[in-house]
Amino acid sequence: MVAVTQATARERDASHADAITIPAERLPELGGPVKMKARGLKLWYSDKQALAGINLDVPERKVTAFIGPSGCGKTTFLQCLNRMNDTIEGVRIEGDVTLDGADVYDRSVDVVQLRARVGMVFQKPNPFPKSIYDNVAYGPRIHGLATNRGDLDGIVESSLQRAGLWNEVKDRLGEMATGMSGGQQQRLCIARTIAVSPEVILMDEPCSALDPISTARVEELIDELRDNYTIVIVTHNLQQAARVSQLTAFFHLGRLIEVNDTAEVFQNPGESMTKDYITGRFG
Amino acid sequence: MSLTFFTIVLLGLACTGYVMGRRRAMALARSQTAALHSRPVYHGWYVALACGLPAIVIWVAALTIGDQLIESAIIASLPQELRDASGPVLNRFLADAETLAKGGQPAIDVTPALVAASERFGNLRTLEHWIGFAGALGLGLIGFGLAYRRLSTALRVRQPVERLLMFVLLLAATASILTTVGIVFSVLFESIRFFSQVPIFEFLFGLQWSPQIAMRTDQVGSSGAFGAVPLFAGTLMVTFIAMLVAAPIGLMSAVYLAEYAHPRFRAGAKPMLEILAGVPTVVYGFFAALVVAPALRDAGASIGLLVASESAIAAGSVMGIMIIPFVSSLADDALAAVPNALRDASLGLGATRQETITRVVLPAALPGIVAGLLLAVSRAIGETMIVVMAAGLAANLTANPLEAVTTVTVQIVTLLVGDQEFDSAKTLAAFALGLVLFIITLGLNVIALRVVQKYREKVE
Ligand SMILES: Nc1ncnc2c1ncn2[C@@H]1O[C@H](COP(=O)(O)OP(=O)(O)OP(=O)(O)O)[C@@H](O)[C@H]1O
Ligand SMILES: [Mg+2]
Repeated sequence: MVAVTQATARERDASHADAITIPAERLPELGGPVKMKARGLKLWYSDKQALAGINLDVPERKVTAFIGPSGCGKTTFLQCLNRMNDTIEGVRIEGDVTLDGADVYDRSVDVVQLRARVGMVFQKPNPFPKSIYDNVAYGPRIHGLATNRGDLDGIVESSLQRAGLWNEVKDRLGEMATGMSGGQQQRLCIARTIAVSPEVILMDEPCSALDPISTARVEELIDELRDNYTIVIVTHNLQQAARVSQLTAFFHLGRLIEVNDTAEVFQNPGESMTKDYITGRFG
Repeated sequence: MSLTFFTIVLLGLACTGYVMGRRRAMALARSQTAALHSRPVYHGWYVALACGLPAIVIWVAALTIGDQLIESAIIASLPQELRDASGPVLNRFLADAETLAKGGQPAIDVTPALVAASERFGNLRTLEHWIGFAGALGLGLIGFGLAYRRLSTALRVRQPVERLLMFVLLLAATASILTTVGIVFSVLFESIRFFSQVPIFEFLFGLQWSPQIAMRTDQVGSSGAFGAVPLFAGTLMVTFIAMLVAAPIGLMSAVYLAEYAHPRFRAGAKPMLEILAGVPTVVYGFFAALVVAPALRDAGASIGLLVASESAIAAGSVMGIMIIPFVSSLADDALAAVPNALRDASLGLGATRQETITRVVLPAALPGIVAGLLLAVSRAIGETMIVVMAAGLAANLTANPLEAVTTVTVQIVTLLVGDQEFDSAKTLAAFALGLVLFIITLGLNVIALRVVQKYREKVE
């Protein structure tokens, strides 16, 4: 009995000695430029290791999906890409993350600028309790992207348009954003992120709080955004990963088990664990 | 047969009733096929109440009626001349007879008549208590027996027990409300009496406050002046100074606690602030009077400013210090209630921590903060001890915070201190001031609560 529990405990710990995580030289050919790169990324929450040396290339202007069972470190890894977990108490990080070849964890890097380049959309829609207009204008205002009201109006309109929300809200930009439906709120959050013209958009389960129709709209939106932005999306919905992404990465217990073209991962998984997961045998 | 003894016996009886009722119910449940309608606990309560309630009622009734009977019996046995005496003398005599019977020291001379009356009194009292006790115990036992025999699996005891419980709660709730209403009305009626002597217009807008009314009509200055404007102005000034101290410091410390401080520091600092808020105001008062006021006076003197030794600024600043923890704690709650998702959203857009606080967190918490400030203002207005000790007594209409001023609360205290006729204009003025104070603080609290409510709707 005791032995079994110990074994499971060891298995759950990402630092487990037999960890299979994909070495950098076995990463797939992307056939295009790499936007972000992680090499040997390890992360501890106090003493608990959550990432066990991740190697991953994020292709530019494509959608990369992260899948894997709950607690496997998808959110943790995603947050490393724009250093959102810097502020968490007791976090220790080893390894490299680069954006266009430059280390994002370098001392000279200003997190504020990094996050303007690598934006984030959260799991639960989190609009500010301000007007719709002010929500979208928030980022441009703090970064000084608009010199006058006309410019700002332009940014707000184009962001809402690109988020597919303009027609629904153009007559009520002054209303409170918190009064919109959940799906609208999430698209507003996407518009708010687009408004600061990031290069990469990180999305952590952006549709998990939405109904199927809103989900479909957000998926359409992601598909359109791919032309201009590099997108990384965490999702528990495998069909969604198959629909919107070009590259899929499968995480398990803090390790990257498999990463490949989405079609390849879903039709012809290279690892038995991946196969078990996508066929619903565990996770 | 003392009250304590009666209470112990009654409690013992009720407890026994509870235990036996419950046990009977469990036994019934075990022996019969039908399930209990109500849980055993309710059966226990049912028996306990059935014996306890009638016993209490009988006891109270016996004592009330008994006291009346005893009094008339004693009066009937008194010598003729005492029976014909005036009401107060007779009452005095009876009260002293009672005191003597209890072994106390009567206020009038001990006469044979008094001793006889007191002996009678003692005997009758004992008899009355025994009768009351026997009646209560008897009825309690009867109630016990009846209730106990009625217990069955089908008996619906839950409803009556719960209804009774609800009734008790209702009684408690109405008691507190009725007390408040009673206080408000008494203040209101006394104020109306005051306004029949002093016109309300003069009270609210008069600039002269000197409530001293001469004892004799031929004395100088025999007419008091009841213009409360200097008091309102003084209150306003002291409150303003207090908020000038408390609002910025309290808010900044709240922002530090909620946004920057290490959680462990916050966990330690917050209870400490709350302890500070519990320091008796009289302590702040003598701090103001003995430390701050002289220090301010000396500091003023050294730069050629004349600061009164009792000044608005001394009282106001110490009151401000007193209110800091209050403001800080409420503002901290408001800030902590802002969901972290909003902070993440802002940080995720590349905002700095400071931008996040000023543009997202503070606006989101603003209604809560405003409500906290309003509550603090209403506390400052109602605060008494500090101003009594440090602000001064002279009604002085001035805009200079370095001079002595007086406040509404201080005047209420001075009007009521010492021997007063209860229906002189001077005493009644205190009620009028109290009414004004009550209306203002009530208004502020209502506004603050509404703001908080609105804000809660918005966030959820
Ligand atoms: N702030 C934190 N402090 C301590 N441990 C954490 C923290 N955040 C996450 N973890 C742990 O790190 C591991 C990975 O968590 P993470 O949130 O990255 O998983 P996930 O793959 O996003 O899961 P889900 O699909 O449920 O969102 C989990 O075991 C989790 O308990
Ligand atoms: Mg997650």
